[in-house]
Amino acid sequence: METNTQTKSGPQAGTFERSGDLLLQAKGITKRFGEILANNDVSIDLRAGEIHALLGENGAGKSTLVKILYGALEPNDGTLLWRGKPVSITSPAEARKLGIGMVFQHFSLFEALTVAENIALAIPGKLSIRALSERIRTVSTDYGLELDPGAIVADLPVGIRQRVEIVRCLLQEPDLIIMDEPTSVLTPQETDQLFITLQRLTSEGCAILYISHRLEEVKQICHHATIMRHGEVVSECDPSQETPATLASMMVGAEIKDVRKTGAGEPGDERLVIGSLSAPADGPFGVALRDVNLAVRAGEVVAIAGIAANGQGELFDLISGERLADRADSVLIDGQAVGRKGVNDRRRTGAAFVPEERLGHGAVPGLKLSENIVLTRHGVNDGLVNAGFVNRSRAEELEKKIKKNYDVRMSHDDPEARSLSGGNLQKFVVGRELDRNPGVIVINQPTWGVDAGAAATIRQELIDLARAGSAVLVISQDLDEIFEVADRIAVISRGELSEAVSAEIMTRERIGLLMGGITDAHSAQGEGAAFDAA
Amino acid sequence: MELAVAVIITIVTAATPLLIAATGELVVERSGVLNLGVEGMMVIGAVVAFAIAHGTGSPYMGIIGGIAAGVFLSLLFGFLTLTLATNQVATGLALTLLGLGLSGAIGEPYVGLPGTKLQPIEIPLLADIPFFGPVFFKQDIIVYVSFALVAGVAWFLFRTRSGLTLRSVGDSQTSAHTLGIPVIRIRYLAVMFGGACAGLAGAQLSLAYTPQWVENMTAGRGWIALALVVFASWRPLRVIAGAYLFGAVTIGQLHAQALGFGIPSQLLSSLPYLATIAVLVIISRDRRLTLVNTPASLGKPFVPDR
Repeated sequence: METNTQTKSGPQAGTFERSGDLLLQAKGITKRFGEILANNDVSIDLRAGEIHALLGENGAGKSTLVKILYGALEPNDGTLLWRGKPVSITSPAEARKLGIGMVFQHFSLFEALTVAENIALAIPGKLSIRALSERIRTVSTDYGLELDPGAIVADLPVGIRQRVEIVRCLLQEPDLIIMDEPTSVLTPQETDQLFITLQRLTSEGCAILYISHRLEEVKQICHHATIMRHGEVVSECDPSQETPATLASMMVGAEIKDVRKTGAGEPGDERLVIGSLSAPADGPFGVALRDVNLAVRAGEVVAIAGIAANGQGELFDLISGERLADRADSVLIDGQAVGRKGVNDRRRTGAAFVPEERLGHGAVPGLKLSENIVLTRHGVNDGLVNAGFVNRSRAEELEKKIKKNYDVRMSHDDPEARSLSGGNLQKFVVGRELDRNPGVIVINQPTWGVDAGAAATIRQELIDLARAGSAVLVISQDLDEIFEVADRIAVISRGELSEAVSAEIMTRERIGLLMGGITDAHSAQGEGAAFDAA
Repeated sequence: MELAVAVIITIVTAATPLLIAATGELVVERSGVLNLGVEGMMVIGAVVAFAIAHGTGSPYMGIIGGIAAGVFLSLLFGFLTLTLATNQVATGLALTLLGLGLSGAIGEPYVGLPGTKLQPIEIPLLADIPFFGPVFFKQDIIVYVSFALVAGVAWFLFRTRSGLTLRSVGDSQTSAHTLGIPVIRIRYLAVMFGGACAGLAGAQLSLAYTPQWVENMTAGRGWIALALVVFASWRPLRVIAGAYLFGAVTIGQLHAQALGFGIPSQLLSSLPYLATIAVLVIISRDRRLTLVNTPASLGKPFVPDR
């Protein structure tokens, strides 16, 4: 950045020369939820023309702070200053009036409404969908974020929904934009486009508060960072002077172990084979799968990359047996044709499945953890069920073992699944299956919403499992994760799966093109290579 | 011709209470609240309307009373489900039981008394058009109101900011809340509107359809209205189709019974229900359209975190 006037002071110094006028200051913000102190004496100041990163693990209190700044939560204590004057932001409408806009991670669009209607709801004044549609077209084209104002949101892919959020925010002409993990659903190309937009906004004097788990990104675009841990601000730094590793250790308060991808060795037999699997769309918002082919061999981790809602859920359901395939031989586990068998029958072959949605799909919210163990493992001869009766002590024993081995943190023994935080529950749900030592494991979004430390543990376990002779299939939207764990990478786009290519020769650019449905990326590059060689 | 006109007039009379109650419930459900107490609010509206009309001699005072009674009951529902966030299904069922029981108690002294019939109002000129005149322009005020109501609700929901806000609350209460839309307040207003409509529909029964008070005189019409809303895919104009179809088959089967076709009368009596369900299932078979119109937050209690 040309405007960057940062001195070379380290994070310990605590003082930074920062340009730009003070826009929003929060001082001594404290917020309690019952016993839990979500924010404890948090102070942060946001300046015009600055991209300010807010970093922290799951449960560090970032969302709470952001909701307070946007008026969606009331702090118990502390003051907010807008351009130096004390204000109380009691509702999001008030925040918008001051000039604060927010781009939510994924919870604030109305799926049944059109793009224009969604945006109209956030814009005060007289409603004229026609005039607004015109403005949406102008502004979205101006920023390179083209939108069709008449489209219904439910029909739009996730990346475009993100645009709707951003354009909605831009139309409010805010001075400060809060962005909560804006890139988690974008392709690398879409991410680049977003960064261009952000840089233009800051050059126009807008301030941006940027929350992301992707530290590489933070280093690349942010001018300043505030790091939170356990509800408190623990340090501030200039991310461009840091590395992702130092940022991560500031967040966690300890060194993060690197995931070690040991040599793959000679891959063994094909343990999971998907052959010419096709399936019609399941409902109006579903995705049809078209002729999916993939083989995962013993000893390797194969990852499927792709943007959300391109058929990952459908593919997972068909492999796990939640949905049956048309032909039995379209899914083979250790040579057995299981395409027409249910989930439990497939588990009995030694396979394990971890769905994306942990609460409500991977675990029943109202049941204890030990009971949730029985639910996925009662059919596989773990001694959990004898003659139709549940062996509770065995279930509790397993629960303790998983808790210990996978560092699942809980306030008391054997709680209900819903009382665990998202990251902790994810560790439990993954641990429950890994603990079985499955011969084949299919796992959708293994570390979604899990913080850096726990994510590293889970990824290492997956690699170790594969190296011990299992076949591991990971479906993920996180490219960093994919490159960390995968031996081979395939990309799913609109229900079609690309060929799985060795991770050593796969590039982010190529994944991005494949995600966008440009299927001849491979051959084009191949030709180019051949040409070069010639 | 004379006979046809007479039959069609009775069809309009039979369809009107369904149309009004269903339109009210449509607005309630579009805001994300499922009020299964329509039957209870209707029957209370009917008895209060009858009692007040009988006492004052003015059916118009009766109508106002019926509406007020419906609103009162809906406020009770709103307090329980919106303020206390109770289960909407259970509360709605309880409301129906309460309405039926309470109306029986209130109506006891009025059983068998002659009612005050609401008189038709002729619209000058229009009433003289052959066929359409007597059918549509020589009706009582509630029929006119029912048409205005559907048109007004359709316009409100799809053409005004308030209507958009109401639909947004029904689609995603959490998104609406994060945008700073007052979810609970909007739902209270919608529930009260539904109560007013159910009360008015009840008043039509005891003042126009059969001007008298009979216990349980709603006879399941509240439930039909609820079903109409679902089968109409939460779209106001389709409610008209459903309500009129139901009215037409109801009257038609009565005439068929009188003519004696040798079909068991029980089967004929069930025809309106079967026909309405069949037709509405067919027109709502576009699942995509139905899904887009279905309020996604329907029936979910909302407790904002603050």
